[in-house]
Amino acid sequence: MSRQTKTGRMPRKNVRSFSREVERRGLGTEPLTVKTLQANVTKLCNQACTHCHVDASPMRTEQMNLECVSRCLEILRENDCVENLDLTGGAPELNPHFDYFVTEAKKLGKHVMVRHNLTVTLDGNPRTGEEKTYLPRFFAENGVEVISSLPYYSEYFTDKQRGKGVFEKSVESLKMLNGEGYGRGEDLRLNLVYNPAGAFLPPGQRNLENDFKRKLKESHDITFNSLYVMTNMPINRFEKDLKRRNIYDSYIEKLINAFNPETVNGLMCRNMLSVGYDGKIYDCDFNQMLEMQALAEGEPLTVFNLELETVMKRKIKFGTHCFGCTAGSGSSCGGQTAS
Amino acid sequence: MDYYNPEDLQRFAEVGEFNEDLMNKFFEYYNSATSRDGALTKREKALIALAVAHAEKCPYCIDAYTTQCLETGADPEQMTEAVHVAASMSAGVKLIHAIQMKNALRKNGAI
Repeated sequence: MSRQTKTGRMPRKNVRSFSREVERRGLGTEPLTVKTLQANVTKLCNQACTHCHVDASPMRTEQMNLECVSRCLEILRENDCVENLDLTGGAPELNPHFDYFVTEAKKLGKHVMVRHNLTVTLDGNPRTGEEKTYLPRFFAENGVEVISSLPYYSEYFTDKQRGKGVFEKSVESLKMLNGEGYGRGEDLRLNLVYNPAGAFLPPGQRNLENDFKRKLKESHDITFNSLYVMTNMPINRFEKDLKRRNIYDSYIEKLINAFNPETVNGLMCRNMLSVGYDGKIYDCDFNQMLEMQALAEGEPLTVFNLELETVMKRKIKFGTHCFGCTAGSGSSCGGQTAS
Repeated sequence: MDYYNPEDLQRFAEVGEFNEDLMNKFFEYYNSATSRDGALTKREKALIALAVAHAEKCPYCIDAYTTQCLETGADPEQMTEAVHVAASMSAGVKLIHAIQMKNALRKNGAI
């Protein structure tokens, strides 16, 4: 599919382009550093969520191979500024080299984060049937920071977005993580991620975090560290859903109207690189799904030709979807970017 | 022709065309009362406004405050409860007038 088709049409002829918007306001969008290497190691997932920008599902087969994993580890070893390895997917634990990737990155002294969907612990691998109940202990033994989607502190919104029975399984999995010491202090951080169950902007992070903490403690005796709220990106599965409901244009307009210049400094693409399962490099995971591969000195970037010095000189690629990261209080892999 | 066109909500400010000063005062008051966390959170205010929107039968307000409730973290269960508060209050307001009816029945010697 061509990039033009994948990025989708602009909703109206006079809609503002993201690049022009930040330029008009005199806001800098150059790369600041590469603090985090985010690797999307598989599109295979035990779930098929309605909002998923990756189009991940049990039917997908894409996996990062060992050569690519090894090259990512070399990049981590060679570059002190890259402090974090952020593993995502799909369900990243379903990559056959996942455990190796985590343990080797920890040996290099890197901070490892895993975008863990909670249910994979109980569901296992949907293609092979391999069990994954060891994951909470594995995470704890390796000091992995766990970041898990939980769209709401009750069943309705969670199951609507992530599938029937997901809330109940998520609660069970969270209890297993708490049992390993997660979410009790700063050593083993357990962060939850909220994203809206429809075409609306997320609530304020602080208030919602208080609600999540109170409700999950009262109802299920679950504790966690922080709640990250994220905006739904109008790409892939969520884009199709918006178009099916004939509200794509109004959603884009909502994002554009909510543009907040204070979020631009915290744009995640200015501090990270995103690696696809095939080693191609992107400015973020959303650009990855839109096949907007990053360029350095005119060359498409991959883990195999990456040099940090030239990467820092690249021009970050923007599209209409970027208004999702600057709407309201902002949105990133670490939640809100402005107060 | 529809009396209630959802797009008309975006034209609310036009009401100030012949008296901008009063409309500005209204907006300032309205935004101060509804759009900030205070002794009540924005979500609590949004749920109250949603209940009032139903009690007053305002389709513009129902659209606007359904979104506002979602964007302040409410879920359909909480929103439905808020509407039941409005509905039960409306029912109660009507039922309490039955005492007036009973007074009148008594006056007429019917009871």
